[in-house]
Amino acid sequence: MAGTDTRPRDARGPAGLEAGLDALDSVQTGRTPLRETLARTVLPPVVAVALVLVVWLLLVWAEVAPAYKLPPPSAVWDEVLDAWLQGTLLDHIWTSVSRGLLGFLMALAIGTPLGLLVARVEFVRAAIGPLLSGLQSLPSVAWVPPAVIWLGLNDSMMYAVILLGAVPSVANGLVAGIDQIPPLLLRAGRTLGATGLRGARHIVMPGALPGYLAGLKQGWAFSWRSLMAAEIIASSPDLGVGLGQLLENGRNNASMSQVFLAIFLILLVGIAIDLLIFSPLERWVLRSRGLLATR
Amino acid sequence: MATTLTKAAEGATAVTHAARIEHVSKSFPAPGLPGGQQLVLDDITLDVAPGEFVTLLGASGCGKSTLLNLVAGLDLPSTGTISTDGRPALMFQEHALFPWLTAGKNIELALRLRGVAGPERRQEAERLLELVRLQGAYRKRVHELSGGMRQRVALARALAQDSRLLLMDEPFAALDAITRDVLHDELTRIWSETGLSVLFVTHNVREAVRLAQRVVLLASRPGRIAQEWTVGIPQPRRIEDSAVAELSVEITEELRGEIRRHGRH
Repeated sequence: MAGTDTRPRDARGPAGLEAGLDALDSVQTGRTPLRETLARTVLPPVVAVALVLVVWLLLVWAEVAPAYKLPPPSAVWDEVLDAWLQGTLLDHIWTSVSRGLLGFLMALAIGTPLGLLVARVEFVRAAIGPLLSGLQSLPSVAWVPPAVIWLGLNDSMMYAVILLGAVPSVANGLVAGIDQIPPLLLRAGRTLGATGLRGARHIVMPGALPGYLAGLKQGWAFSWRSLMAAEIIASSPDLGVGLGQLLENGRNNASMSQVFLAIFLILLVGIAIDLLIFSPLERWVLRSRGLLATR
Repeated sequence: MATTLTKAAEGATAVTHAARIEHVSKSFPAPGLPGGQQLVLDDITLDVAPGEFVTLLGASGCGKSTLLNLVAGLDLPSTGTISTDGRPALMFQEHALFPWLTAGKNIELALRLRGVAGPERRQEAERLLELVRLQGAYRKRVHELSGGMRQRVALARALAQDSRLLLMDEPFAALDAITRDVLHDELTRIWSETGLSVLFVTHNVREAVRLAQRVVLLASRPGRIAQEWTVGIPQPRRIEDSAVAELSVEITEELRGEIRRHGRH
């Protein structure tokens, strides 16, 4: 007597009633047209950038500061073109971005199991939980001098600083994500037989994903910031010119337009990574769980 | 996988009960009380026969959910023993579906954790969805389903565990009356098709009588078995049947008596 022999579906019977209830009670979803999306998401930042440019031009035009302190946008643009024509622009960006991403991936590999341990093992939480939260408020610049002394002026020093900045964020994000899983889902998982590692894989990690992603996002921001600090403070010819060194070189050459260029590039990379990787990921996770308000 | 939902009794002739609860008591630490313990369940003895549908009925605080947790193995009794025929499936008042999975994948996760091989899972999940009349909902996300549909997916997921005993903790209490009524019909149909044993907790007397072969009334604080009724009304019943109403009136009277007892102290 397998359950496959369902009764004929009669519109007046329970099946018909069910269909009606389901239709009345279900969420209606639709897609917003592309033009509306563009108008809502692209237009506002474009307007904001235009406004900043206008204010900048006005300040230059009013000569609130001499040109060596406040270069006009055109001088910074020339700087961009120069670096592009010399072929160094992408080199600068890539030197820093590759360091940042590699460091971030290492932070991920260390922070994730660490967060899982802190969240699930009472003793570990009591032992290093507070330290982990405390480390988040310690500016990672503070790690640059000891890292230089211990590891010397090389890439490992950079990675050490990135890790010290990002691992606590990643771990803390995961802990917060795990703590926010409704206890009912954990119970449901246990009754289904998801305990131990299977529980971690099928219930705990996916359940903690929203908080974990928030931690990753912050972890990336911290990686990037600590890397820039390290590059500015510890520049050496063997390290290659990343964006931090570019900024430091601009200061040494008293070239404000180069300093501006470096600052813009640092900001741009930060925004680009967030916009291209984290925001879509976060939106996808929230939408698939019905946690994103559609209008 | 046509064998998964065959009658429990066929596979296990030696088993005489789906669940056996013997002299079970449960206390929780309560620092404010004399003795430092709050007795929640007091000497409960109850058998659920294979294929039997039993409802546990009681007012708030009678420990019915605690008892269900003990049978589910989520907690241990303070004294007494509980044995079940395999690990029971459990359904909650809230659907407890995993929001990161589709309806179909929720069911497949239960199958996977039970050890069903990959290629069979999809087919079995579709079959279970059809059993709860949700064919076509495989790809639906949890938040896209109505309250009644969610509980039906939760039922399908519980059935996917292929347990002989289904524990239900007020599974329809949060639904509107008409949806609840429909789900009563579905549950009765699925129960008679699969031969599952069901232990169903509720505070709704009519629901208890509508569904069960046996209604067990629990007294509150501490939870004790106060009285039992065998319901002889043939299925399928309707909640508005006069026989259901008649027995409900009798049981409600007893339940009221139990509740009044507490007001006198």
